Amino acid sequence: MIAELGHYALMLALGLSLIQSVMPIIGTRNNDVVLMSMAVPTALAQFAFVAMAFLALATCYVTSDFSVLNVYENSNSTMPLLYRFTSVWGNHEGSMMLWVSILTLFGALVAALGTNLPAKLKANALAVQAWIAAAFELFILITSNPFVRIANAPFQGRDLNPVLQDPGLAFHPPMLYLGYVGFSIVFSFAIAALLEGRIDAAWARFTRPWVLGAWMCLTLGIAGGSYWAYYELGWGGFWFWDPVENASLMPWLAGTALLHSAVVMEKRGALKVWTILLAIIAFSLSLIGTFLVRSGVLTSVHAFANDPRRGIFILAILICFIGGALALYAWRAPLLKQGGLFAPISREGALVFNNLFLTSACATVFVGTLYPLALEALTGDKISVGPPFFNLTFGPLFLPLLIAMPFGPLLGWKRGDLLAAAQRLLAATILAALAIAASFALQRNGPVLAPFGVGVAVFIMAGALVDLAERTMFLRIPPAAMLRRAIGLPRSAWGGAFAHFGIGVTLMGIVAVTAWGSERIAALKPGDNIDIAHFRLTFDGTFARPGPNYSDLVGHFTVRRTGGELLGAMEPSRRTFPARNMATTEAALMSRRLNQIYLSLGDPNPDGSVPVRLYFKPQVLMIWLGAVIMFIGGALSLSDRRLRVGAPRPAKVAALRVAAE
Amino acid sequence: MKRAYLAAVLLLVAFILSIGAEPLRAVEPREMLSNPALEARARTLSKELRCMVCQNESIDDSAAPLAHDIRVLVRERLKAGDSDAQVLNFLVARYGEFVLLRPRLSWHTALLWGLPPAICLFGIGVLLIVGRQRGASMTAEQAENLTPAEETRLSELLRKEG
Repeated sequence: MIAELGHYALMLALGLSLIQSVMPIIGTRNNDVVLMSMAVPTALAQFAFVAMAFLALATCYVTSDFSVLNVYENSNSTMPLLYRFTSVWGNHEGSMMLWVSILTLFGALVAALGTNLPAKLKANALAVQAWIAAAFELFILITSNPFVRIANAPFQGRDLNPVLQDPGLAFHPPMLYLGYVGFSIVFSFAIAALLEGRIDAAWARFTRPWVLGAWMCLTLGIAGGSYWAYYELGWGGFWFWDPVENASLMPWLAGTALLHSAVVMEKRGALKVWTILLAIIAFSLSLIGTFLVRSGVLTSVHAFANDPRRGIFILAILICFIGGALALYAWRAPLLKQGGLFAPISREGALVFNNLFLTSACATVFVGTLYPLALEALTGDKISVGPPFFNLTFGPLFLPLLIAMPFGPLLGWKRGDLLAAAQRLLAATILAALAIAASFALQRNGPVLAPFGVGVAVFIMAGALVDLAERTMFLRIPPAAMLRRAIGLPRSAWGGAFAHFGIGVTLMGIVAVTAWGSERIAALKPGDNIDIAHFRLTFDGTFARPGPNYSDLVGHFTVRRTGGELLGAMEPSRRTFPARNMATTEAALMSRRLNQIYLSLGDPNPDGSVPVRLYFKPQVLMIWLGAVIMFIGGALSLSDRRLRVGAPRPAKVAALRVAAE
Repeated sequence: MKRAYLAAVLLLVAFILSIGAEPLRAVEPREMLSNPALEARARTLSKELRCMVCQNESIDDSAAPLAHDIRVLVRERLKAGDSDAQVLNFLVARYGEFVLLRPRLSWHTALLWGLPPAICLFGIGVLLIVGRQRGASMTAEQAENLTPAEETRLSELLRKEG
């Protein structure tokens, strides 16, 4: 009964979204306030019904109702409660439900919180949001219905894919979707502005919290996915340039560009037309990401779908929305007024530089990801585009960005002084040079370029600190006055500095692990020792340990410093899941400050020895720590009261409104 | 200020000291070549080669039997005295272009390699053209600013109005 309720709620939501798609637009055309105001209640009701459908599905999962086909295929009653719940989105149908739930949640948030939005913009934006929702609700109902029943309910489910039975999965897809779908709001606002043919700096102010929020979630989602791959896939890599990863990186790059161009638009009224285009691109890339992952074009852990109807349906959605949006853009964008002049060397100029290289880098990832697919479809030739290609093309495009990053915030609006900015960065430059010299002196076998990588990372981190120091007049005025300045500083300034610092931290981690990581692979018998970096691991033997729906073959290792000091034990395991007859590698990690020792087990050899892979990953935690710092930066910026959705309007406008009423 | 720098430098040195610098070891001990120079070349080559039965993995990362076979094959060719290019040619002849993770520049990959720099250069070009136009209008805007004589005249007029 619960599944049927969910199914019915989803159909009602589709009906509501169709109303929401059409009525407000007719209202804005005819200046009909009643029709326009229909957008708000329909958006709220639509969310209520989609949430009901999602909760119905979640209930089926949590209670292990195997008469529902989707639950039978992807769950198992022996799984812990957490995984019974997260399996809702560990499969194609359920993850689309999550997608639509977040989409309508955001629509409802705009409806409920956007009380200060201009009526026409709000009505149009909510209508566009409903187009997207209707398309995906139709997609679920026609091709991916999660509420289908089985006539004779099986006694037990087929279990969730074992690599997905992990706490990381509880958090990675929802975060990623919050990011992807967050850009849908910005897209809707962009289309609404184009429909109206009007755009101003206020537009950037309305959308910036959404861009920021989406960007933050995407940052954390990508970092979470990277960490999950790092410890779950068992070979300790953190980024593989896999098409699925690229699918999430592309909207991130476009979103980062959008975040920066929206600043110019908000502060100076410039780059309007470009910002609108970026808003369209960011969401288009999110849709393409969804298409790549969900259509089964790529075969990997993520592609649960192998039904060509789904691929064609998503492709149709893609063509309608991206093609339609770009056509509308080509038609209406020339009507938008340009504004705000600036010299090439200025804050605006720096942000344009940022946009140029971010979009080029994004285009590189796009070309590299889709080229093999296109080539195979057109000519039948199969080629591989892998990490060496991306490192060679993405790196040179990203490097100028990294080096220029500390300069941007130090340049003035409209017309900046590059020399003065360089002088203020003197301290950062000296630190970077010292870092390069020191890493050269200490490095024994690493690549020649690695110390320069460290130098760039230090330069970025120090540059972010210099930015803050300049704004608070650090050490030039008494501490109390400095503290006042620091408190008085806009939170968005803190946020920017944090985010830039985070990039430096991540870069440092990447450089250190790539250049100075070490690896040992050996077959060990109980009692054997294995050395790595300044640690010695002793293999004590294996034992079996049962789990709720799996059994572990655990290897016990004692970790000592090379000097003899006992540091603890590591217990990597081979985990076998009888329901699917699959095994996963559960690596053991030991963190020493930001470094990690990484140990994973292979299947035991016939002679009783166990193959192990042992890595020393210097500063590896910095990679994800940097992402967390970026997230915190975004959160700080979001808390800036100027940018909050509900920020009060200037008194004059409010008074006028009262007078008008 | 100086003390802050000193602290920063010390922190930095501590950071770099905490990095253990050790050479990377081979993928599996029994595959390793005794000649370290050859082994290093084999490792570098392995990172460029795709394990064809895996999802986007190099043979250096992959645990699949096919990856093992190709790793051994690469080392055999190197021992036989092949250059890096010869090893790659041999593998391409045997498995096709698909085995290379970095596609070779040819007619059917010209766009792949050409587009990234082309997009960046195109962007720079557009910016230069727009910048020149904007630059012209910016000087025009400055030209619209009033001269000191006009300023005094304006303030006089305003005073009269008031």
